[in-house]
Amino acid sequence: MRKILATLIAIASLGYSSAFAGTLVINTDLTDPAPKAAFEWAFTKFQEENPDVTIEVNNFDHEGYKQAIRNFLTTNPPDVFNWYAGNRMLPFVRAGLVEDVSDIWSDTGWVDGNLTEGMSHAKKPMTIGGKQWGIPYTYYQWGVYYRKDIFTANGISVPTTWDEFVAACATLKAAGVTPITIGSKYLWTTAGVFDYLNLRTNGYEFHMALTKGEIPYTDPRVHAVFDKWDELVKPGYFLENHAALAWQEAIAPMVNGEAAMYVMGNFSVALFKEGGLRDSNLGFFQFPEITPGIPMAEEAPTDTMHIASGAKNKIDAKRFLIFLSRADVQEEMNKTLGQLPVNSGSKVNPDPFLEAGLDMLNNAYAMAQFYDRDAPAEMASEGMKGFQEYMVKPDRRNKILERLEKVRQRVYK
Amino acid sequence: MVSCHPIFIVPNSTQLIYRKSSWWKRNQQRLTPWIFLSPGLLLFLVYVIWPIFNSLYISLLQWDGLSPAIYVGFSNYIELLDDEYFYISLINNLKWLIFFMLAVPIGLGLAIFLNQTIFGIRLIKSLFFFPFVISQVVIGIIFSWFYNPRGVIGPFLESIGLSNYAILADENFATYGIIFAGIYPQIAYCMILYLTGLNNLNTDQIEAGRMDGAKGLSLFKNIILPQLKPATFLAIVVTVIGSLRSFDMVAIMTQGGPWGSTNVLAYYMFETALSEYGYRMGYGSAIAAVLFTIMMFYILFFIYRMYQSEKKGL
Repeated sequence: MRKILATLIAIASLGYSSAFAGTLVINTDLTDPAPKAAFEWAFTKFQEENPDVTIEVNNFDHEGYKQAIRNFLTTNPPDVFNWYAGNRMLPFVRAGLVEDVSDIWSDTGWVDGNLTEGMSHAKKPMTIGGKQWGIPYTYYQWGVYYRKDIFTANGISVPTTWDEFVAACATLKAAGVTPITIGSKYLWTTAGVFDYLNLRTNGYEFHMALTKGEIPYTDPRVHAVFDKWDELVKPGYFLENHAALAWQEAIAPMVNGEAAMYVMGNFSVALFKEGGLRDSNLGFFQFPEITPGIPMAEEAPTDTMHIASGAKNKIDAKRFLIFLSRADVQEEMNKTLGQLPVNSGSKVNPDPFLEAGLDMLNNAYAMAQFYDRDAPAEMASEGMKGFQEYMVKPDRRNKILERLEKVRQRVYK
Repeated sequence: MVSCHPIFIVPNSTQLIYRKSSWWKRNQQRLTPWIFLSPGLLLFLVYVIWPIFNSLYISLLQWDGLSPAIYVGFSNYIELLDDEYFYISLINNLKWLIFFMLAVPIGLGLAIFLNQTIFGIRLIKSLFFFPFVISQVVIGIIFSWFYNPRGVIGPFLESIGLSNYAILADENFATYGIIFAGIYPQIAYCMILYLTGLNNLNTDQIEAGRMDGAKGLSLFKNIILPQLKPATFLAIVVTVIGSLRSFDMVAIMTQGGPWGSTNVLAYYMFETALSEYGYRMGYGSAIAAVLFTIMMFYILFFIYRMYQSEKKGL
């Protein structure tokens, strides 16, 4: 018994001493192959540059991470963890679980970082209450992915205005092609459509005000968004039975040539290509203008890195965050991720979709995170349920918006 | 018994030990069962009783699991009364309760059909029992594929000239689609209960019935079914419980969708309290309290019935 106890103490002290000598504990949810490879590269590179630091990674399953983060931040905080910008980090910031990293943003005393130079445009989504709570390392664009060959076969050119877009849908529908594919089983795809209709009809400021709960859902401007949506839903321009399909399943009709467009994020390109589409027949265009004169804001959900307020090794954690915000690091990581680096000093892969995305985002008036990251979780969940219901039963619009208004009054009180 | 206890043979310390053991001796009969029960009771208290009261308490709070909780009295329950998703869930629970019961007669039918002595019947029986062996998750996923508009049923309808139909996207029928998937293993379970019941039939009674001219349906109704009463009782109990905890099928097949129309109380509770967009612990606990009350009624009825039939010596 005594022997066992002694061994246990020895093991514990061993673990403790090694944890003391500059160990950096990182919790991530990088189980998908590309993010995993990108971060493995970053970890190795960081250790090469900082041989005194040992990195210890706890990898969680992507879905399980959303649950696990609440537990580990309160009970067993790591030094560094990844999460998302905007309202998604708000509950954790508000509960005091995230470390304020404003000092690395203002470069005070952190000579090896130059965040003000390359990252200043991304400061806003990281700011809550005038302070910065992490750094962004990657983002990607949303827009319309389409079949070039089907467009050509039907004599359609890339639409830049709403009228052209609706006309393109009508032509496709008449040709027996489903104009827009979507899989709304997991709800969030509907929010992409809503966000773009809203950003184009009412603009970025309205989107932010709506997701901050400052505008009633029964507002005529919200109805204006649904009027535009009606023009797509009522003639049946969206894929049938979309409520039974996951977003990946809705890729199949487009790959088969039964559908022509998909309002989606850039992560879908990998799946399109897996299905057999190539750069020659898969294209990307910016969601068309609706209200002329409204500056074009885009959806660009951002992935971020944070320090837990309970971190044991905050010094190395900050070094890691600065490392991760460097132009060369973001460039290399995003090559593997197939996404866009946030640091404006980084270059992107020679890939038509990334180049189009970078070009679009560099000229964007502002960047929205996404409905379910800008709005609080509760509102987002009800909102997206409502969007799905609307897309199947457009006649219930008033009932749905009244219900959402009720939720808004409860959530933001 | 007590007098031959070795302690009393030691002469010197008799006085002391007698004093010491007297309280124990006096209360031994009363205390022993509690001592034996204590480990179980302790676990029961910690893992069952305390959580029940704790979640009843949480249902009076407004709490996201991170920030400090705010006491809000009964406002979670008041909100529940005005929540259309709550009523949808309640009605769906009722649908589950009613249609899940079909597993009992179907299971009985299958059991009678399979209760034969022909070559290879054991293999056939085990094949029929197979759905109960597969995990619920697997059944849920397989049925989702069946129902998928690009899966089996939709393309089949298209091939015979009908329009594609995805039951899980239809707010009116999606719940029935899930119940159908849930009933599939439940039938096998009821069947096995009845098969064992049929094995233990009293052949004398059947022969006596035959001699008295009972045949076919009347033999079944008057002689066989009464003998299957314990099996029927058990089948109904497990089916009711199965329908009330219909969480897994809903979680796998629709996540309560489309737009919350297939929610059941158990899943709605999970969604509000623990899902990605939830973390309204108080509201979730209030739903849990309602579900608990409904189950409690059923369990009390069940215990009462058991008590009654035990009194009769059944």
